[in-house]
Amino acid sequence: MSDIETVDARGLSCPQPAMLARQALQKADKGTIEVLIDSSTALENVSRLAKNSGWNVTVEDQPDGSYRVVLKK
Amino acid sequence: MTPLAEKEFMSFVSRFLTSRWGPIFTGLVVGILAPVLVKLGNPSNMGVCVVCFSRDIAGALGLHHAGVVQYIRPEIIGFVLGSLVAALIFREFKPRTGSAPLVRFLLGMFAVFGALVFLGCPWRAYLRLAGGDWNAVFGILGLIAGIGIGIVFLRTGFSLGRNHPAPKALGWVMPAIMVTLLALLIVAPQFGRDASGNPVGPIFFSEKGPGSQHAPLIISLVVGLFVGFLAQRSRFCTVGAIRDMMLLRDSHLLKGVLALIAAAFITNLILGQFNPGFANQPVAHTNALWNFGGMVLAGLAFTLAGGCPGRQLFLAGEGDGDAAVFVVGMIVGAGFAHNFSIASSPSGVSAFGPVTVMIGLVICIIIGLTMREVKA
Repeated sequence: MSDIETVDARGLSCPQPAMLARQALQKADKGTIEVLIDSSTALENVSRLAKNSGWNVTVEDQPDGSYRVVLKK
Repeated sequence: MTPLAEKEFMSFVSRFLTSRWGPIFTGLVVGILAPVLVKLGNPSNMGVCVVCFSRDIAGALGLHHAGVVQYIRPEIIGFVLGSLVAALIFREFKPRTGSAPLVRFLLGMFAVFGALVFLGCPWRAYLRLAGGDWNAVFGILGLIAGIGIGIVFLRTGFSLGRNHPAPKALGWVMPAIMVTLLALLIVAPQFGRDASGNPVGPIFFSEKGPGSQHAPLIISLVVGLFVGFLAQRSRFCTVGAIRDMMLLRDSHLLKGVLALIAAAFITNLILGQFNPGFANQPVAHTNALWNFGGMVLAGLAFTLAGGCPGRQLFLAGEGDGDAAVFVVGMIVGAGFAHNFSIASSPSGVSAFGPVTVMIGLVICIIIGLTMREVKA
């Protein structure tokens, strides 16, 4: 698990979740990145951004109503 | 509709509005309905202006005494309640707060100061452009510059910190305030007149000027509810549009703003409301420098707060207590803007407009440089 980078964007205002995810994607280039999010808006923004730059997006609903977004390339 | 068909229809609505067509559709609806509201009575090129309308509400509540801009605008009430309805239907009503509310209050105030020096929020800047008011070009350039400055702060670690889940009751406070405003609009209580015969309030409605110009209450309210519903789902944001393009190279929201401008332009042409030029534009002045400067401040303040004034209303409707504090800051700030002679008038900038914009820029820059997330 240690090679998975985690971006915790919970509770942050726009555009910080998408911005932090984008920075992580650009830095990693490829691999697996986990983004923690708690708003549907941020979920849509991060998913759109990742898909547009060729990453595979899977979303896992968490028990507390937040999301764990796994990005793979 | 059968329950199943209704469920499928709502699911379709949700998928459509969260798709790339969502902001475009919302922009088209606003672009068509705003000039229609003007035709039905709203002030020219002011079918919807979140800042102007917050200012009118501030006046109606007696927070300022500019007699020509006092009215409780049903569009604002509709924006919040329409968003609330969408959030409840689609399970996005998530009360939350705790992300530097006091700073957001200040940002709301300074955003309004800047916007009232220009005479319009980003929504009205685009609507003024679509009505042929070329002064809006300087306002929009200022808005882009202000958003650009905000992006520099975002890139260098600016953050108002994280919000946290809050009790359900907190999310209902702003909708309750809006229902109260609606009641005050309908009842319009009057406690009599003073010795000179002027109404003493507590609610003031303009008898002349822009505040006296309004579409029928029910139509304004329904348009507000409809736009609030659409915008909650589509995340329509007139500042995020430019910000996301500059910061993330993402044109998702920008297409919504372009759709708004195009639809408003065509609707204005059809309704005979397109009057190109700089001089004698409705509720506007021709001071290019401060049309630009005012919107630099507004653009910066909106960017630091995470979205345009409309977006703050929609977020408040879905339970965001911090966005609600920003909205309260806008209304209180609008009161100050007139009492302290900050807001411009059609004859030009006021005595303390320019200096307040400069003070506001200094304060927003300090906020941009100092606000950071504090790790627990």
